[in-house]
Amino acid sequence: MKKIVLWLMSTTTVLVLLFGYHTSTSSKAAAVGGGFSLAAPSPSGAGAGTGSGSAPAPGGSSAAAAPSSGAAAPSSGSGSTTSGTVTGAVASTRWGPVQVQLTLANGRITDVAIPQYPDGNGRDAEINAQALPILVQETLKAQSAQIDMVSGATVTSDGYLQSLQSALDKAGLH
Amino acid sequence: MPATARYVEHVMGMPISLALRGRHTDDAEARGAWAEAMAVLTDVDRIFSTYRADSQISRLGRGEIALDDCPPEVAEVLALGAVAERESGGAFTVRLSGPDGQQVLDPSGVVKGWAVERAAEPLWRLPDTDFCLSAGGDMTCRTVGPDSPPWRIGVEDPADLRRLIAIVPVFTGAVATSGTAHRGQHVIDGRTGRPPTAVASVTVVAGSLTWADIDATAAFARGRDAARWLETRRGRSGLVVWADGTTTTVEPALR
Repeated sequence: MKKIVLWLMSTTTVLVLLFGYHTSTSSKAAAVGGGFSLAAPSPSGAGAGTGSGSAPAPGGSSAAAAPSSGAAAPSSGSGSTTSGTVTGAVASTRWGPVQVQLTLANGRITDVAIPQYPDGNGRDAEINAQALPILVQETLKAQSAQIDMVSGATVTSDGYLQSLQSALDKAGLH
Repeated sequence: MPATARYVEHVMGMPISLALRGRHTDDAEARGAWAEAMAVLTDVDRIFSTYRADSQISRLGRGEIALDDCPPEVAEVLALGAVAERESGGAFTVRLSGPDGQQVLDPSGVVKGWAVERAAEPLWRLPDTDFCLSAGGDMTCRTVGPDSPPWRIGVEDPADLRRLIAIVPVFTGAVATSGTAHRGQHVIDGRTGRPPTAVASVTVVAGSLTWADIDATAAFARGRDAARWLETRRGRSGLVVWADGTTTTVEPALR
């Protein structure tokens, strides 16, 4: 029985680590049980540790992981975090799991760190194995100038009409 | 040589160009995939535009909403930015100094390539169809046919935008270029807070456009050691055009 309880407890911890939010190092700010709180002090207050520390976002959807799973995190519930460090839920991306940690000063983000991130290079290495040599100026002359697209410093819509890409598009536009 | 169909629209303040060849170039499937791709970019713009005061990224940056009020894509993009910052030794940054000297959250350096790669997903679903999707000069390409030629990507000469300085042939993969030619100095070296001066443009070839775009910006920001840094990046190749007009080609690094 004891074993089961211990197992349940460690499962809870893992779940909190995976899905919950918690304040890790916090200089001035009070720890808020759930949810990132970049917002100005919230009159509704936190306290139950259920993520109510976040200011309500008018019209904002809450597609992120359920903040209430962070209920086991320590909570002093005295207000919102305007300074300090908050660590987000682990989000799964096509590169693997990532986790974001934000550092705040007076409600502004001053640093973004990621305690956990995947190595996004695997697929690149595979694809670049078939990379072809780049033909630079000298060799270009001997080549037909026929190209499909133009790569360059970001072309804005304003500059587009003068661009080579615009000429290419016009040539084959449907 | 198969016939190429082309589409152009403007989203996010940029021209988006698509070239298709193969089975679906100018039919309902092709047009549907193109419309879907545009819808993805429009959605991304709504969330990430730093030009819109009401975008989620602007509101997050001002502290009006929390990260968990944002769609999960925001955390994904911020995480990518943090990886890029770490792997570029701080040259790449998503934090810019605002006019008041305060730091502003601006992940635009991550968003573009990432968004276009997402927008290309419906194009991958077109059977027996090659595509090349470009957003303002950064593109992701796919070639399926065994006899299809590679897409030929011309690299603009940063000193003379009517000329090409190189051609990058790509079967399947991405090409991104970072430079100052069209918009002036907009890349800063996060380590110094100043724009780099040694480099005119950096073009990166990689499997994913997300990383081609990030690495082009990061290498550009690193300035003098742009080519040396790019050589350390597994799975990337590219071209550095220096401010004096000379070039350095970076071959793919082997494991």
